[in-house]
Amino acid sequence: MRNLASLLFAAGLAFLLLVIASELGFGDPALLIGGDILAQAPDEVGATNIVTAVLLGYRGIDTLGELSILFAAATAAGLVLVGGRGAKTPKVDPPGGFILRTGADLLFPLLLVVGLYIIVHGHLTPGGGFQGGVILAAAFFVLVLARPGADGSGGMNHTAIAFIEGLAGAGFIALGLWSLWDKGNFLQPMLGQGVFGTLLSAGTLPLLSMAVGLKVGAELAGLMTQLAEQPADAADCSDPNPANPKDKADNQTEATHR
Amino acid sequence: MIALSFETVVITCAIGLLIIGALGLVLSSNLFRMLLALVVAEAGVNLLLVLAGYRGGAAAPILGVQDAAMPMVDPIPQVLVLTAIVIGVGVQALAVSVLLKIHQTYGTLDIRVLREHLELDIARTAGITPAGSREEPAGGRPLPPPIPATVSASTKAPTKAPIKALAKESAEPSLSSKESAQ
Repeated sequence: MRNLASLLFAAGLAFLLLVIASELGFGDPALLIGGDILAQAPDEVGATNIVTAVLLGYRGIDTLGELSILFAAATAAGLVLVGGRGAKTPKVDPPGGFILRTGADLLFPLLLVVGLYIIVHGHLTPGGGFQGGVILAAAFFVLVLARPGADGSGGMNHTAIAFIEGLAGAGFIALGLWSLWDKGNFLQPMLGQGVFGTLLSAGTLPLLSMAVGLKVGAELAGLMTQLAEQPADAADCSDPNPANPKDKADNQTEATHR
Repeated sequence: MIALSFETVVITCAIGLLIIGALGLVLSSNLFRMLLALVVAEAGVNLLLVLAGYRGGAAAPILGVQDAAMPMVDPIPQVLVLTAIVIGVGVQALAVSVLLKIHQTYGTLDIRVLREHLELDIARTAGITPAGSREEPAGGRPLPPPIPATVSASTKAPTKAPIKALAKESAEPSLSSKESAQ
């Protein structure tokens, strides 16, 4: 009965969406601002990649809000994961093996170069701070997967990660405050536009892109390392807080269920 | 037969992803599968948003690669989708960490089992009687005595036995009623 209702709901939703999609003029955007931005962005911002020009030039404060959301999510996840009153359970994770370790050593510099390239060229080619930052985080996480170490952290230093993350975030806000003081608008592109289409163009956009990339990379690397440090199963957990009789009672109720 | 154009196929696929995700959210009882369904639905929504900026025969919004006279697609939906993807990653990471903690605490991710655990825990914390069968009216039979609230550690030990008895009693009717419903 419940499944039937769900299927009816899905069919209705699909019908609604299809009718809306068929009524809308597809391939003929109703928004006019896109065309205006395409016409004005090369002169106003000086970036070849219009998407980055919109992301960091026209709506930089939205990007700052986006970074705050990501930061809040990472902080909350860290809070949830670490919240065992400092009782970190030792985790016996098998080492990665020869092939995985060699592959990780080969992949790490390549991923690092690709990530940095995508971050730095964010205003010229497809990519930018977010995309390159994710690749940077993947580069470090490959190392953690190959050599988990005794506690699963793979030698990642959470203090250093948090320091890089905070520094990048502060750099982003500092660039915004600088343009607020100098030109009167928060996060307005500065430093002129340079030669159109070269690496040192589009003013502060590459700097903002680097700040975003470092922040996203550090955040995701720290988050994934924290997930990797977690014992995967309740059985591995080996009673993290034995002073609490609630868990035992729950286990017994579960036993009665079966 | 209707000739299927490229646009029709792509937009149907996007709507299909959204529907598959919504169905997975409603039909699955495992929390991790619900999260995966959410990811699928998110992909469908992102694809729909990008398609909103589509323009026939246009190029990507990057200058200097193709002719200047060539039309370009709307960059605004692409920027919005970039934001949506990043926020989606944050939400997924948070959800995965919460799921890890749930699995460490209760040993399962099945919402039907988890619901009973949670009801018992809430009743124990509030010091009230756990809810019995849903079909049974409230005054239909004598209710079991309320569980005393566990305020201090000294009162915890004697209340353990009645809690277990209550748990057994309340778990069995709800399980049997669910089986009959299915």
